[in-house]
Amino acid sequence: MQQIETWRAQVLEAAAAHRPLRIRGGGTKDFYGQALDGDILDTRAHAGIVDYEPTELVLTARCGTPLADIEAALAQHHQMLAFEPPHFGAGATFGGAIASGLSGPRRATSGAVRDFVLGAVLMDGAGQVLTFGGQVMKNVAGYDVSRLLAGSMGTLGLMLQVSVKVLPRTRIEATLRFACSEIDALLKLNEWGGMPLPISASCWHDGVLTLRFSGATAAVAAALNSFGGETVPDCAPFWASVREQQHPFFDGDTPLWRLSVPSITSALILPGRQLIEWGGALRWLKSDVDAATIRRTVSAAGGHATLFRGGDKSVGVFQPLAPAVHRIHQRLKASFDPSHIFNPGRVYAHANQSR
Amino acid sequence: MAAYKKDRARIRQITAIVLTIDNMTASLPIDVERRAQVAAALLARLPARCVLSDPEDTRPYECDGLAAYRQLPMIVTLPDSEEQVLAILNVCRELNVPIVPRGAGTGLSGGALPIADGVVLSTARLNRIVRIEPFARTAVAQPGVRNLAISEAAAPHGLYYAPDPSSQIACTIGGNVAENSGGVHCLKYGLTVHNVLRVRVATIDGDIIDLGSDALDSPGLDLLAVFIGSEGMLGIVLEVTVKLVPKPAAACVIMASFGDVVTGGNAVASVIAAGIIPAGLEMMDRTSARMVEPFVKAGYDLDAAAILLCEADGTPLEVAEEIAHMTAVLEGAGASAIAVSATEAERLKFWSGRKNAFPAAGRISPDYYCMDGTIPRKHLAHVLLGIERMEATYGLRCANVFHAGDGNLHPLILFDANQPGEFARAEAFGAEILALCVEVGGTITGEHGVGMEKINSMCVQFSRAELDAFFAVKRAFDVPFLLNPDKAIPTLNRCAEFGRMRVTGGRLPFADLPRF
Repeated sequence: MQQIETWRAQVLEAAAAHRPLRIRGGGTKDFYGQALDGDILDTRAHAGIVDYEPTELVLTARCGTPLADIEAALAQHHQMLAFEPPHFGAGATFGGAIASGLSGPRRATSGAVRDFVLGAVLMDGAGQVLTFGGQVMKNVAGYDVSRLLAGSMGTLGLMLQVSVKVLPRTRIEATLRFACSEIDALLKLNEWGGMPLPISASCWHDGVLTLRFSGATAAVAAALNSFGGETVPDCAPFWASVREQQHPFFDGDTPLWRLSVPSITSALILPGRQLIEWGGALRWLKSDVDAATIRRTVSAAGGHATLFRGGDKSVGVFQPLAPAVHRIHQRLKASFDPSHIFNPGRVYAHANQSR
Repeated sequence: MAAYKKDRARIRQITAIVLTIDNMTASLPIDVERRAQVAAALLARLPARCVLSDPEDTRPYECDGLAAYRQLPMIVTLPDSEEQVLAILNVCRELNVPIVPRGAGTGLSGGALPIADGVVLSTARLNRIVRIEPFARTAVAQPGVRNLAISEAAAPHGLYYAPDPSSQIACTIGGNVAENSGGVHCLKYGLTVHNVLRVRVATIDGDIIDLGSDALDSPGLDLLAVFIGSEGMLGIVLEVTVKLVPKPAAACVIMASFGDVVTGGNAVASVIAAGIIPAGLEMMDRTSARMVEPFVKAGYDLDAAAILLCEADGTPLEVAEEIAHMTAVLEGAGASAIAVSATEAERLKFWSGRKNAFPAAGRISPDYYCMDGTIPRKHLAHVLLGIERMEATYGLRCANVFHAGDGNLHPLILFDANQPGEFARAEAFGAEILALCVEVGGTITGEHGVGMEKINSMCVQFSRAELDAFFAVKRAFDVPFLLNPDKAIPTLNRCAEFGRMRVTGGRLPFADLPRF
């Protein structure tokens, strides 16, 4: 394809000159990550759904396809991206959703982006077009490089095309809301997690626990009866506001931290306000407290902290890696992108940033 | 039917449920001096009970579940602590000795096939369940713990570990991580990669690293995703944290018959199109049904061209609702007969044939060769008809069982290794099936791994640049290239050699397939 050839030339030229390329779709996630560096390579020039057969539960699309187009195509067949990727703006692309690796409210029960990636076509730093994985559910031929690309922030190469597993929308969805302390919410969410209940999302904030139930009619009806609380009519906008960070909690310029912790971690005592998702495993923190304090607290709980929005990025947006793990990262980067041209420094500054 | 009866007359009991041919590949000789040198270095750091070098002791390790491929290892090590694993890695790195990790040895692709100048590292003694955490719904286990043992330990809490490969009574969690094992329930519950939170790994450099964590994600690249399914080539698993899920209160299975495979294949698509994700969705062709029925007496419809097993699980209310929905869809899709399990005993009876397909193949045929390709489901009829044609070409019969929900096909090629040339024909038959899987957009292995068995077929599925990228991933973890180095990823030379040997259907044997 013409576009691929154009990009190949651009990649080879950039590699020869050691000049970085900034792979970018709609730019809706420009705020996320460390430094933005290099000439923009706009993925939207390569768009479109390549293959989608609802009965195969697989969708293949080009990197620059608007995420909204994909969701609309799926909705026509009552299917969905079960990882509920956040858009963070009207122009979000499919490639950006995969590369950022961010998942929405359903993540705790359905899985993350990487759980649904089945295959990818990648242009590496030598301009080679490589196909990993495929369009089938089970595939153990070769290392699972396509899942590695989910969340790689474009640092390993230019994802040209990705295949994902899609799922049917659940028959019935209903949302309940009730007053609940943070400690009780964390306790209950973990207890319910061990019971066969159709909970598909949870959100605790400011003394209110909101739960979404999805599944067979009978199962959802039975759960609604036994849980009590207040039914939230037309609940989709609420969950979209949590996913898109349009919920009032996210308002204001105070730095937003994303704390990923084991779900059973008790209430994290940190200055600021919190909103809890994923059955306790994801805690959003709006706080001005210093990075070291946050990372110390979160690490002690067995998790990691990301400076998601705002704040001073010089503290490191992403938590530093253990040295032996960092070395593996460096070698992977060096082999897929020997000239260090793809989004360099977007995740970790490439030289010696390990602790 | 006549051929079937004639073959039944040849039934003979075999104990192994896999290939049972001796000396299919000649075992390379062991360098005795080198063995003494490496053994001495290991014994300097390990107790004597952990190091086996006498062929009498190492013989049991010469093959895994793919017994056609055999190689006596130079040395076998049996560490019983993390420190001992590190000691073995350090000795091997210092002396440049390749290491083949091994779990229970149930793998079907020769992934644990020893190397003549290498050390087998068995995880058999690292077999402790470290803890079950019911509140967190996790279990922490050493690599040598059996898959089923985790579910048994979690059962008192109403929890279980979902991936259930058919070898689950014997296979280990470390081996499951190496192979990204699936099972009959993975359409709904996922593969190993979806059910493992964290793996503690010893690297060839002698470092201990955690990939993943008890949280749902980790900073940086998702190395856990690439480690799972890496066939023991990136590191040694020291400990695994798995997710436990609540045990469904009820389960029920539908057995539906179809007059031809096309209708059966379309029925699978209809179930999915109706928005149903069954807990299990399996298909057997007529050859398989007739093969198993005499042994399990499950009441399979022997006139059906295809039998579909479609299972629902959940609360009793959910199951009733889903079974009614599934029944209506299957009837609408042209099922010629439908039976719904009324009791748990009946449910297990319906499943017994599918679960016993491999042993049944062993009973009606002296040997069989189990293949493992995955295809987009829509090509099922095309692939089954292709396999039927190949049966004539190679003069061998093939029974097909199919994880229909996720497109994973297990053709069982029946042959007799005592008949000259039959194994070679079975191998060629298998390679052609895999080539057909790739041709329709599928893959050469859904869940059994590449190992040694399918290493040549990797040359069909991947370009040289892609294979080189895999080697680069390996080197990122294993710079000295010592961990199971001869498996899964073929070298340039091997592909060139394979290309010379392989000519099918007049096609160029080694043309680069267009990828984009």
